[in-house]
Amino acid sequence: MEVKTASFEKTASPKATTVSGAEAVIKCLLEEGVDTLYGYPGGAIMPVYDELYKYQKQIHHVLTRHEQGATHAAQGYARVSGKVGVAMATSGPGATNLVTGIADAQIDSTPMVCITGQVGSHLLGSDAFQETDIIGISTPITKWNYQITKAEEIPEILAKAFFIARSGRPGPVLIDITKDAQFASLEFNYKKCSGIRSYKPTPEINLIEVERAAEAINNAKKPMIVFGQGVILGGAEELFKQVVEKSGVPAAWTILGLSAMPTDHPLNVGMVGMHGNYGPNVLTNECDVLIAIGMRFDDRVTGNLEKYAKQAKVIHFEIDPAEINKNVYADIPVLGNVNETLKVLLELLKPNKHEAWHQKFKDHYKIEFDKIIKNDLNAERGKIGMAEVIDEINKCSKGDAVIVSDVGQHQMVACRYSKFNQTRSNVTSGGLGTMGFALPAAIGAKMGAPERDVVAVIGDGGYQMTIQELGTIFQTKVPVKIVVLNNDFLGMVRQWQQLFFEKRYASTEMINPDFITIAKGYHIKAKQVSKREGLKEAVTEMMQSKEAYFLEVKVEQEENVFPMVPTGASVSDIRLE
Amino acid sequence: MEKKNFTVSVYTENNIGLLSRIAAIFQKRHINIESITASRSEVNEVMRFTIVVQVTEEQVKKVAGQIEKQIEVIKAFYHTDDEMIYQETALYKINSADFVEDLNIQDFIKESNARIVTVTPKFFVIEKTGKRHETDSLYEKLKPYGLMQFVRSGTIAVTKNEMPISNILEQFDTTN
Repeated sequence: MEVKTASFEKTASPKATTVSGAEAVIKCLLEEGVDTLYGYPGGAIMPVYDELYKYQKQIHHVLTRHEQGATHAAQGYARVSGKVGVAMATSGPGATNLVTGIADAQIDSTPMVCITGQVGSHLLGSDAFQETDIIGISTPITKWNYQITKAEEIPEILAKAFFIARSGRPGPVLIDITKDAQFASLEFNYKKCSGIRSYKPTPEINLIEVERAAEAINNAKKPMIVFGQGVILGGAEELFKQVVEKSGVPAAWTILGLSAMPTDHPLNVGMVGMHGNYGPNVLTNECDVLIAIGMRFDDRVTGNLEKYAKQAKVIHFEIDPAEINKNVYADIPVLGNVNETLKVLLELLKPNKHEAWHQKFKDHYKIEFDKIIKNDLNAERGKIGMAEVIDEINKCSKGDAVIVSDVGQHQMVACRYSKFNQTRSNVTSGGLGTMGFALPAAIGAKMGAPERDVVAVIGDGGYQMTIQELGTIFQTKVPVKIVVLNNDFLGMVRQWQQLFFEKRYASTEMINPDFITIAKGYHIKAKQVSKREGLKEAVTEMMQSKEAYFLEVKVEQEENVFPMVPTGASVSDIRLE
Repeated sequence: MEKKNFTVSVYTENNIGLLSRIAAIFQKRHINIESITASRSEVNEVMRFTIVVQVTEEQVKKVAGQIEKQIEVIKAFYHTDDEMIYQETALYKINSADFVEDLNIQDFIKESNARIVTVTPKFFVIEKTGKRHETDSLYEKLKPYGLMQFVRSGTIAVTKNEMPISNILEQFDTTN
């Protein structure tokens, strides 16, 4: 079957050389600038691995200990570097093990290309050894997928895969290649894909809508910005900061928007959502204009939609037309890449300060500080609190580290308290909430930004879901810092059980192994701290380590994360205790 | 918001696997597809899916948006019944003995503007094209005579107004 792309007809080149399909795969990766890929070999992808042996000086293949680790590592790499992450696996179980990472990348708009081997095309549909319909399985969780059964399709399809993964609203693409296509020969020539007839990655800007948005912002008395990852994905951080500073509008972040703007910026008023800050949540229901920028009104952000910002005129800056009016009606939809729409907006904005309105955020912060933050950061009794650990990391990193968090209470604490000076510093599993994400993602993050400190903050539950990736750390010597905040519980589920299930702690208590011995078994430096007095020294030692370092902190067992918007409640009904 | 019939017309590239991608969008939202057909369209090498669903306008709008997000989908439109000219085709297989013995059946065929497609010594086949209630009406009339088989196609439809798909395609080609 012919695949028609605009680039398809333009690919003929006189410099074609004859190579195998497997070698063509590697050459395509090199053409796309791939220097690192994560994967796990097996029968159906062996021809490609065999070629990789020849190209190992050009492409660093990282052997993860599980295919899920490969996808999360590719995600971590992509999130900090801005490049496309690449993961590779064999057919059957190898391919199905990628599924969690692909779903995670899809919901968090992470550019990733996954390559899977497949049984020979003559065996397709025969329930052959290690055959699964990975195209069928991955269809709902990929931006695009395709099965290659002929070697000559490889350059076209891989070019298309990278183009789709990185353009517009990014996402994961899966390419499945039958073994016979890997063995067969083709005349290799490569042309990067620059367009596909049916795919328009970035909608055209409607200037009238931008003008309407500017007018609404200029006339607003109590405007508020909620910014998401779209600012980072669009590379619009600087422009965004200028928009915020010129308009004087308080800006709050979603969990994936975190680090798009320096945390300590005076106009940065904190996090929205279930465990976000008090002020931005409550004041969402007081603002007169709500300016959503590159965010998608996730239910964890909005709480009860019937009671979400009903009083406000909503302006939605968004690249994906399907997000407009999906959850929240947009009075003014501004389609386009925010890097382009904000440029136009900036010119039209009138300088403003909104001082009285800002004071409201400060007043709410004071309430939250007195009730929660003060205790979180300066607890004097009991075991160490999670926020204290994050605070120590902040002090050592001075806001320059990449923090990769797993999923659970520690994630919310890490996102609430981490300080960031630079963009692409917060790597977490937002939309899917994948436990086990952080350890492999940190490996990828460190490889994507080797010059930066990368600290994985993980709970004891999530750590054990992908703990085998300590083997990858040992083998690659990637100097990541791992902090496990161990409360011997599945903390977030336990919190819900305490608050909403009458303290019936069904299957949330964990009897944990000796994490230090396990880390040492992988020849990774390891330390445990359980007393407050030793925390600073332990964190400092970890942060100064030139090698991988594992730090286990025994934290308060039944600590709860507040503020909290209970499921189904309005954001203005956020609980402080 | 009231649920009503909407016809979603999806113009796509002719690629393997697209039907499952499109169907998954309805499945995810627990929307039952009343009928679905796929065929070539008026534009060269462009396929057209015609999908009938009973949903609210808000739902169909969101679904169309999600369908358009698919890489190989060129454009998705949705229309209400009064904006469409639509038809279905039904085939009715009846025992030949009944046909010969009961003249009522011949009247039914004439009255409903159906036509006989095939006649054999054992059975004959009637074809009726029309709106759902028309094919249903003939079904009810023939049922007492022992329908051997009955099958109905999905809805096929064209809009009363122009669908600017050719212009959209031209635009895609020039902008890339």
